[in-house]
Amino acid sequence: MPGVIEVIDGGIGNCIQDAGRFGFRHMGVAVSGSLDALLARCANALVGNGPDCACIEIRALGPTLGVRHGLVRVALAGDAGALLRRGDGAALDVPAWSSITLATQDVLEIGSLAGGTACLAVSGGIDSPLQLGSRSTYQRAMIGGIDGLPLVTGNLLPCSVHARRDYREYRAEPWRHADGPIRVIPGPQAEHFQAESLELFLNSAYRVTPQIDRMGVRLQGPQLAHVTPEAADIVSDGVTPGTIQVPGDGQPIILLADCQTVGGYPKIATVIAADVPRLAHLQPGQSIRFCAVNAQQARQALLEREARWAAWASGITFALPNADALYNDPNSGWVCAD
Amino acid sequence: MTGMESGAADQSLPVRLLALGDAAWTIEFGTRIDPALHARVLGLADALEQARRAEPGEADGEGREGGAGCEDFAGIVDVVPTFRSLTVHFNPLLIDGQRLGQALLRLAADAGTASRKGRHWRIPVCFDEEFSPDLNDLAQSKGLSREAVIALMSETTFTVYLIGFMPGFPYLGGLPALLEAPRLASPRKAVPARSLAIAGAMCAVYPWQSPGGWRLLGKTPVPMFSAGNAQSPSLLASGDRVCWQAVDRPLYLEIEAAAQAGAFALDSLLLVPGET
Repeated sequence: MPGVIEVIDGGIGNCIQDAGRFGFRHMGVAVSGSLDALLARCANALVGNGPDCACIEIRALGPTLGVRHGLVRVALAGDAGALLRRGDGAALDVPAWSSITLATQDVLEIGSLAGGTACLAVSGGIDSPLQLGSRSTYQRAMIGGIDGLPLVTGNLLPCSVHARRDYREYRAEPWRHADGPIRVIPGPQAEHFQAESLELFLNSAYRVTPQIDRMGVRLQGPQLAHVTPEAADIVSDGVTPGTIQVPGDGQPIILLADCQTVGGYPKIATVIAADVPRLAHLQPGQSIRFCAVNAQQARQALLEREARWAAWASGITFALPNADALYNDPNSGWVCAD
Repeated sequence: MTGMESGAADQSLPVRLLALGDAAWTIEFGTRIDPALHARVLGLADALEQARRAEPGEADGEGREGGAGCEDFAGIVDVVPTFRSLTVHFNPLLIDGQRLGQALLRLAADAGTASRKGRHWRIPVCFDEEFSPDLNDLAQSKGLSREAVIALMSETTFTVYLIGFMPGFPYLGGLPALLEAPRLASPRKAVPARSLAIAGAMCAVYPWQSPGGWRLLGKTPVPMFSAGNAQSPSLLASGDRVCWQAVDRPLYLEIEAAAQAGAFALDSLLLVPGET
C-alpha cells in the first residue's frame, strides 16, 4: 500500500508543483512549476529525492496534513516552520531545513509564512497523477495537482512509504539566494521605450504591489514612457517567466511561472535564469531594484549559483534527532534500528 | 496596406535575434500580422523540428562549416510560433545560449517558408441567439442580415496564426473585411466556454469560460482543449485551416453530449481524413 497524506486543512495558496510542464507552450499551456525551483531542490535533497520530485508549494497560510499511511519523511525549505502532533499526543516544533519522519496518525500543521514562498518535500515525491508530463498545478486549465486545484480539505495525496526505518534525520544550513539588484537582460522590446525610461527603470526603486499571484507581480514606481503611444502595444509574441512587460500605464509587471505564453505588451527586460527563483519571495510593499547584465554575465551568474547550490547540498549532514522527536514505537528501541 | 505589400516590405527586413532573457530567443521576421511573415515563422519551426530530429552531423550533410546538427539544439524545451516570430525556450544549463542563437539565425536564413500546409478542419458552430449575443448588433452595424453574417462566417476559410493567451485559444486570421469590428467597449466578465468570437481582423474560440472583450457570434460543441489527450491536447495548431459549419440546435446538442462523454471522434472534423 502506498503512503497517503490527507489534507486536513488546505490553508491558502498551497499547491503541488514540480519542475514544470515543458513541451506544451505552443498550445498555450503555461510552463508552471515551482516559483522557487531552488527551494524545491533543497527540500527534495533533505528527504533524499531527486531535484524534480513534486512538492507542496506554500505561499501564504500553510496546510495541515495528516498521515493516513506512513512512514513518510518530510522536510520544509524556506522561511517557515511547523508544529508536529504525534499520534500519541506529543507535540513538537519542526524547523525548516531538517527532515523528520512521520508515522500514521501524525499531524503536521504548517503555519503562516512571513512572506514569500516555502516548500514541503515528501520522500519519494508527491505521486499525484501526471498530466501533460507534469504534476504541476495549473489552475487556469485545471490540470496537474489534485483536480487542477490548490490543496483543499479532504485531498488525499499519494506518496511512497519510507519503507526502511532510519532514525537518522538530515539537516542543512538555510539556503540563501543572492541579494542585490535583480539582474535583467534588456529587451526584447527595449527599443519601444524612450532611452531615459530604460535608464529610469534601471536606476529607480520599484515597489511591489499587493497584486501578486502565480502569473505575475505588478510593480509601482517611476512611470516608463514608450517612444510613442502606439509603441505600448505590439503584435503578441513570446513571453516567459521573468519577462518584465510594461503596458500603456508605464508600470512594469513581472511575469511568473503560470504566465501566459504570448503577450501584447512591450517587454523592457527579462530577469536572468539565475534570479528568477528570487521573484518567488517578493512581498507587497517591498522595494526592489534592477540592474542590466549581458549574456556572459548571466551565464556566469547561473554557473555560480549552481556551484553554490552544489556546495549547499554537500553540506547536508545527518544526525539522530532528540529522543522526543522520535516516533514512539513500543516495539523497537531507537538505538537498534533494524 | 494589403497583405501582399506588407509581406514584400517585411521580407526585405533582416531576421532579428532578440534575447528573451538568457533562457529563450525570439527570432523575429517582422512586426505585423501578415500571412507571408507567418509562413516564414512556420518555415523556421519546420526546419528546427527537422534539425532536432536529425542524427548528429546529418543536418550538415553538405559539409558546410557552421552547419547546425541536432547537438546544437539539445536543451530546447519549447518552441512557440506567433504571428511574426518564433520563440525558442531552452535550458541554459544544458546548452550555450550564444551558440544556440547563432545556429537559429543560420537556420532562419535557409529555412524559407513552410513546406507543409496545416490540417484542414470543418468545425460545427451553432449560431442560435442564445449563443450569439453580439450577432444582431454586428449585422445591424454592417447593414447585413443575421443570415448574411452567418453565411460569410461559414464560407470563409480561416488560418490559425497561433495558439496562446490561454490553453488551446486559437488566433485565426482571414476574417472578411466586411465583418471587422473592434472589441467591446466593456469586456464581459464571463464569456461562455467554446464561444466563437471576433475582434478586429481576428477570429477565435474561447476554450474556457473567462473574461473577454471579443464579440460573440456562436458556440461550437467541440472542445478546443482536452488535457486527457496527452499527445495533442489543443485541437488546433499554428498553420491549420478552419471552416465553420453552421449546425442547428439538435445537432449541436448531440455533438456536445458525445464530446462530453468522450464518444466524439475529433478526427471526423478533418476535411482530409488521417491528416496529421
